[in-house]
Parts: sequence; C-alpha cells; structure tokens
Amino acid sequence: MTTATHAPGRTGTPARKPATMAQALNQALRDSLAADPAVHILGEDVGALGGVFRITDGLTKEFGEDRCTDTPLAEAGILGTAVGMAMYGLRPVVEMQFDAFAYPAFEQLVSHVARMRNRTRGAMPLPLTIRIPYGGGIGGVEHHSDSSEAYYLHTPGLHVVTPATVEDAYGLLRAAIASDDPVVFLEPKRLYWSKSPWSPQEPAEVEPIGRAVVRRPGRTATLITYGPSLPVCLEAAEAAKEEGWDLGVVDLRSLVPFDEETVAAVVRGTGRAVVVHESSGFGGAGAEIAARITERCFHHLEAPVLRVAGFDIPYPPPMLERHHLPGVDRILDAVGRLQWEEA
Amino acid sequence: MTVLDTPAWRPRTDAAPLLPDPEPYRLLGTPEAAALDPALLRALYGQLVRGRRYNAQATALTKQGRLAVYPSSTGQEACEIAAALALQPQDWLFPSYRDTLAVVARGVDPVEALTLLRGDWHTGYDPHTHRVAPLSTPLATQLPHAVGLAHAARLSGDDVVALAMVGDGGTSEGDFHEALNFAAVWQAPVVFLVQNNGFAISVPLAKQTAAPTLAHKAVGYGMPGRLVDGNDAAAMHQVLTEAVERARTGGGPTLVEAVTYRIEAHTNADDATRYRDEAEITPWRGHDPIDLLERELTSRGLLDDALRSGTAADAEEMAASLRERMHTDPQLDPMDLFAHVYAEPTPQLREQQAQLRAELEAERQS
Ligand SMILES: Cc1ncc(C[n+]2csc(CCOP(=O)(O)OP(=O)(O)O)c2C)c(N)n1
Repeated sequence: MTTATHAPGRTGTPARKPATMAQALNQALRDSLAADPAVHILGEDVGALGGVFRITDGLTKEFGEDRCTDTPLAEAGILGTAVGMAMYGLRPVVEMQFDAFAYPAFEQLVSHVARMRNRTRGAMPLPLTIRIPYGGGIGGVEHHSDSSEAYYLHTPGLHVVTPATVEDAYGLLRAAIASDDPVVFLEPKRLYWSKSPWSPQEPAEVEPIGRAVVRRPGRTATLITYGPSLPVCLEAAEAAKEEGWDLGVVDLRSLVPFDEETVAAVVRGTGRAVVVHESSGFGGAGAEIAARITERCFHHLEAPVLRVAGFDIPYPPPMLERHHLPGVDRILDAVGRLQWEEA
Repeated sequence: MTVLDTPAWRPRTDAAPLLPDPEPYRLLGTPEAAALDPALLRALYGQLVRGRRYNAQATALTKQGRLAVYPSSTGQEACEIAAALALQPQDWLFPSYRDTLAVVARGVDPVEALTLLRGDWHTGYDPHTHRVAPLSTPLATQLPHAVGLAHAARLSGDDVVALAMVGDGGTSEGDFHEALNFAAVWQAPVVFLVQNNGFAISVPLAKQTAAPTLAHKAVGYGMPGRLVDGNDAAAMHQVLTEAVERARTGGGPTLVEAVTYRIEAHTNADDATRYRDEAEITPWRGHDPIDLLERELTSRGLLDDALRSGTAADAEEMAASLRERMHTDPQLDPMDLFAHVYAEPTPQLREQQAQLRAELEAERQS
C-alpha cells in the first residue's frame, strides 16, 4: 500500500465547488503530470479529442504530445510499450478505451505487468497505472459495459482500485499513479457525470490504496459494495428505513488489497451482510468477500452472507440491462432474506 | 486539391529502399572480408567457441537433472554473439527464451543466466546491471517492451538503443506486429533481430508465413528490412552494428532477419525425428558458423595453434566452472515467495506467509 507522495503542483486549497467524477479524474491526471515529469499518458484518442470520455481533456495541449500521447490502435502494444517505459523508470498511465477493449492487453497484464517485480526479485518494479472505464448502466451496445474486475483481482501482483465518489476519483488516481506497483484503475462509467462539491486533496490528505470506508453507519445489517453500485446501495439503505432496517454501507474502494479488517469489524457489529456488485456473481468479487467474512466472522453472523450481483449472462443489450443490474428492490429482497424471523 | 493529392492517397514513404537484399547478406569468404578487422574476427571466434561449449554444457546439465530444460542455440551462435557485441554498454538487450548465449556474451554471469531454467527463480540477474531484460518465455511479448524502453530513453534524451530478439515462429504473434508498428510510428531506436532457424518447435517456416522473407515484413511498417546469413558472424556483426548505429543517430528501427538453422531439437525434451529428416540438417552442418569463421581466419593466416588451443582452453575453463557451480544446490528461502509480489505485502499475503512459516517450522520439528 502506497501513499501519494508527489506535490500536486498547486498551492492553497481551492473552494469546494461541484464537479463531476470525470473532471476530478482529469484534474488528478493534470496534477500528476505537473508534479512528476516521469508521468506519461498513453492511449487511443487521448490527445486532441481528450479521450472518448474526455478524461484527458486538454492534457496534450498543456503538456505536449510526449506526455499525453495518441498511440496506434493496439491495446497490447499500448500496455507492452508502457511496460518498457516503466522498465526505464517512467511512470506510464495507460488509458484503455472501454472495459472490453482492454482484453487484447490481457497477456501483457498477466504475464508481465503483474509479474515483473516478482520475476526480478524486486529489482524491476513497474509503476504503471491502467485506467479502464468499466461497467454498465449507460445504454452501451455490446462490448461497452463489461465489469471485468474479477479477471484482474485474481491476478497476484496487480492492485485493483475503483472509486465511487468524486473525491475518491481524484485521491485514488493520484495514489495509483504514485504507487510503485501496477494498479488497475477501474472507472465506473455511469458515475463519470455524477457531481458533488469537491476540491482536490493535498497529497498528504490522499488516502493510501487499500482502505475501505464506511459510507453510512448502520446497526442492523451491512451492504458491502464498490464502484458503480455504491449509489444504488446508499439508495437502498435509505429506502430500508421504511422497513425498519438500519443498513450500513461499506465502500471497498480497493479490491486488491482487500481491507478485511474494516469489513470484518463492521460485519461483526451487525451480524448480517450483503455484498453487492454488478459483475456476474459466479466466481466474482462477492464470492471472495463472502467467503472471507464467513471465515473471519462466523460466530458473529446471524445469517449467511448473501450476494446481489449481475446474472451469470453475457452483458445484456441496453434495452434489457436494467433487469441485470442490481437495483434497490433486489438489494432489499436480499436484506429481507437475512433470517430476521429468528432474531 | 483532389483526393490524389491527399495524405491518405499518396504513399508516405518510398518502399524500394526498405526492401531487403534478394539473397542473405554474406561477408565471410567474400573479397570484402579482407577489410575486416582481425581483432574483431578473433573476438567473434573466441565468443562463438565459448558459446557452443556453453550450449553443450547446459544440455549436459539437463541430463544430470541440474536444469529443468535447455533450449540450445547450437548452430545459431553467430546471431547470439553478434547481437551482444553490436551493443554499447548503455544499450539494452531484450532476449527471448532461447537467447542465453547473447545474455552471457553481454556480461551476465553464466550461472545467473540459467536461474530460470534451473528453476530457483524466474530471473537470476538484476536487469539493470548489464541492461539485459529477463529472458522472455511468452513469445514476442518482449518486443513491445524494447520499443517502450527505447522510446522512454529517447524522451529522456539518453543515448540508448534497444535490441530485441525473436524467433521465426514469434513473428506470427500479434505482439510482433504491434511492436514493429509502434517502433516505426514513434521512430524508436530499436533493432529487431529475427532468428529464422527454420522451425517453431515442430512447425516449419512455410506454415508460419506466406511472406517472401520475414525481412520483407519490415516494409509494411515503413522500416528497412535486412536479410543476413545468420551463420556468418562477420555479416551479422556488421548488419546489426549498422542497424544499431542507425537507431542511435535518429534513423529509427530496423528489422533484421538472420537465416540460420536449429541444429538440435527444440529443447532436450523434444524429439525432432518426429517432424524433420536428418538429411535436411546435413547442408547446414556444412555451413557451420564456427567453421565459416575458422576458414576465414585460416585463409588470412590469423588462426594459429596458439589461438586455437587458447580459445578451446578458455571455453573448457568456462564449462568446468559452470559445471562445478551448477552442481551445488541453490540456497532457497521459501519466504521469498511472498517478498516481491508487491512493494508491501497485502494483509492476506502476510497471513499466508505466516502459514507457510508455521508449516516449515512443523516440518523441522518432525
Ligand atoms: C505466446 C506463446 N505461445 C506458445 C509458446 C510455446 N512455445 C515455446 S517455444 C515455441 C516455438 C517458438 O518458435 P520460434 O519463435 O521460431 O523460436 P525458436 O524456438 O525457433 O527459437 C512455442 C510454440 C510460448 N512460449 N509462448
């Protein structure tokens, strides 16, 4: 776990004003480029266009083509050359255009990015950030809505991080870029345009990667989630008040490292937990989290840990995706099945 | 302006100068060889003989159970040695799994170069020490690394060239294509050396490509392709040195195809009789890289008994030392398994480390 160490290239704390997650990510990239000449951005359409989601907007203009580079259209090539740049001591930040288009780079990721430090006994760490817009809920046609986190978190050597708030988008991306380990940075597309009052944290205030946060305290059961499902869980917790449930919500923020301490402590307090994510349930992050909670908190549990996840189907077409994505009702149904009658 | 004048319509580069020679370039035994520096020829000779001895010793070590496997480069020594000698100290070598000789010729400890194949770790040397990347097992995946490193060096204003090695089979991989394309677009200071040794395990070149030669592939990327006799150490050295210099002086990447032959089976574990005739090997035995060099040295009166026996003795000494050092068991600490996964172990890794430590402790007690 590494903290951001670079000065953000700005002084004073600007007033908190509403910004989108996209703007916060853009600011994090800008501040990282300003703070450290080793930082280089590579990707498809990241230059004049500013990326298809505009996350790199203005960066080539401000820092030049050598710092924010439109590459040929080849994901393995982008990540493979970024590996070489990191081997030389640079700190590349790679943008994959969409979740499903990161797959051509999978071999580089699994066989080299995740292993170079290990292979060389620490002599050649790869400080590399791979930004991937991920997840559904944006009405995308096929190949534009995958939740690919399970592939990555199953690969030792990678950190897997995903912000759910505007503030975290900035802080976690700064921390990811400053990390000496490779970080798969999953950006929930459907939260890109979510807005909240925010100002960039000073580097000292940036949380290290690997800490979960309690977004909402609750006494009767805990929802454990991350990334795109956080707002849904918060909504569900609000709605649950009507049922007389006081639901807490934990935002993992980082799947690897997994903050088992925080999760276990919270679940011991409530005795009931539901893990919520939109990627398919089978073999997903939720399975791992539920297993760990069971191992750690068995004697505190009042009910089996349940999962609310996407169905085990290829990501559906846009006109049907609402049936796939975990929503408030499905979450509350799961909460209802936490063996309250025996309490 | 009509479409005929637009950048999309007009060729961006003239293809003719990029085309390889119709025949593999040769130097030894030609009139041009007379101009070759005797010191270079002697150095190449010494290294080739050493290299062949190294291959033989490493193969013997597999039979003695000291190496899990060894992919020999016997017959390809000229490519291996020339690759290492064409580079300056600040340059980087990106070897594939068959290129242990190039790695050793670049200065890596002969035992450390075998760590991967002995199986005590995945890489035995610090890549920074001799600027040699780890031997890469997933074919062609090291090529984009070389491009990225060369690009990074150029962005940093450093005088560094990367030379990346790959086999004929590896040229069919997507990473080969992507690496060459990136290198050409970025004009990165990289040299790609393809050793066309005729086979990818059992599959002959004809099933790998329909290209006129592998060197021709360069033209499609907008870089020059060079076709060289891969068993001619002097030609290999000259062509690679030129390509390295071209890269160093801003001329961009070059693709070099060395036409050579894999004399031995794919590895000690392979049975080549299943897919090739012994008769096919015979002409290549008559075109042996060490013989070619010896003939040149002899015809110029540069190979006396002292050089011959001195070279042989040096190779024997290297082999004896390798043998002796490889016959000791490496000291392994199982706790290392957890040491280099991340900069800091995750809480889960700490737990697993404690578990293994307890298991080892219990083992010791019983
Ligand atoms: C991506 C990948 N696919 C398959 C293999 C298994 N494999 C190891 S060596 C080899 C043949 C390689 O042939 P070539 O590139 O011609 O190199 P050579 O063995 O002749 O040096 C194969 C298929 C591998 N190492 N990597």
